[in-house]
Amino acid sequence: MHTGLHFCALFPPEEPQKFANVHKIFGASNVTKLLNELLPHQREDAVNSLAYEAEARVRDPVYGCISAISFLQRQVERLQKELDAANADLIRFACNGIQAAGLQPPPAAPQALASTHMVPTQPRPVGGWGGRFYQTPSFPIIPYSSSMPWNDNYNPHGGGVDGSI
Amino acid sequence: MNSSRCAACKHLRRRCPSDCIFSPYFPANNPRRFAYVHKIYGASNVGKILQDLPVSRRAEAADSLYYEAYCRIKDPVYGCVGLITILHQQIYDAQCQLARIQAEIAALSSQSQSEVQQYRQDENVGPSFLPDQNGVPNSTSYYDISTWFD
Repeated sequence: MHTGLHFCALFPPEEPQKFANVHKIFGASNVTKLLNELLPHQREDAVNSLAYEAEARVRDPVYGCISAISFLQRQVERLQKELDAANADLIRFACNGIQAAGLQPPPAAPQALASTHMVPTQPRPVGGWGGRFYQTPSFPIIPYSSSMPWNDNYNPHGGGVDGSI
Repeated sequence: MNSSRCAACKHLRRRCPSDCIFSPYFPANNPRRFAYVHKIYGASNVGKILQDLPVSRRAEAADSLYYEAYCRIKDPVYGCVGLITILHQQIYDAQCQLARIQAEIAALSSQSQSEVQQYRQDENVGPSFLPDQNGVPNSTSYYDISTWFD
């Protein structure tokens, strides 16, 4: 049962591939059901994100969007290591300056952020030396570093990941 | 009927043939996994995607479909695209943070070098390891500065 769902507004005729991809990957009835569960003002964003995922899946039928997520997670991890190293350098400079003035060095700075092994649903800034960085995760079932097959722990006979949330 | 139906065939209430496309990737002990992909993609779409892939790639595809379906169920508006946005933001924030810290280090480094120079002028201290304006050391006697960076 439709609740004011207008596909023509969400899938404009000048973007035929958008609907074609979404229909191919998700199916029109699934998309209708998904969109019907949303408020009207949310539907355009939902359609755009579905179209993005569908296109990613058409281009890469094995990984879809996951390739991009993996790549970005590796970048985040690399930057975290660089931040840790830079923070350590900064502490050394600060300590050297304070010691030269005959004062006590500051207490050890809090660690830079926890690793981004899992992917957040909502960013939650955490404090600490070197400022703010989003803490992960709230995806308990698919940690990036653990049970996906492109990581070492994948077991193809174990159903991949526990279905608990 | 196959007494050990896969999660897909149990969900779809049908017999599970020996060549079931779903059974290697949707085992019976994980019913939620198939339920999620079925809700988002539909069983026939998942079957088509898997069928079009070589057998060696199907496990990875099933996992990634499950991951994306899970993301979409948790966030019905943005799905895993929301995650991509968050990661981009994290990268941007980290780069800004890194630039700030590196600027602070550079400022502290140049400040400490000028303080040492000032100290030497004030105290009429002997040879300096610091180079002159032409980058040439003022003396062949070098002080050990390695401790500065311990």
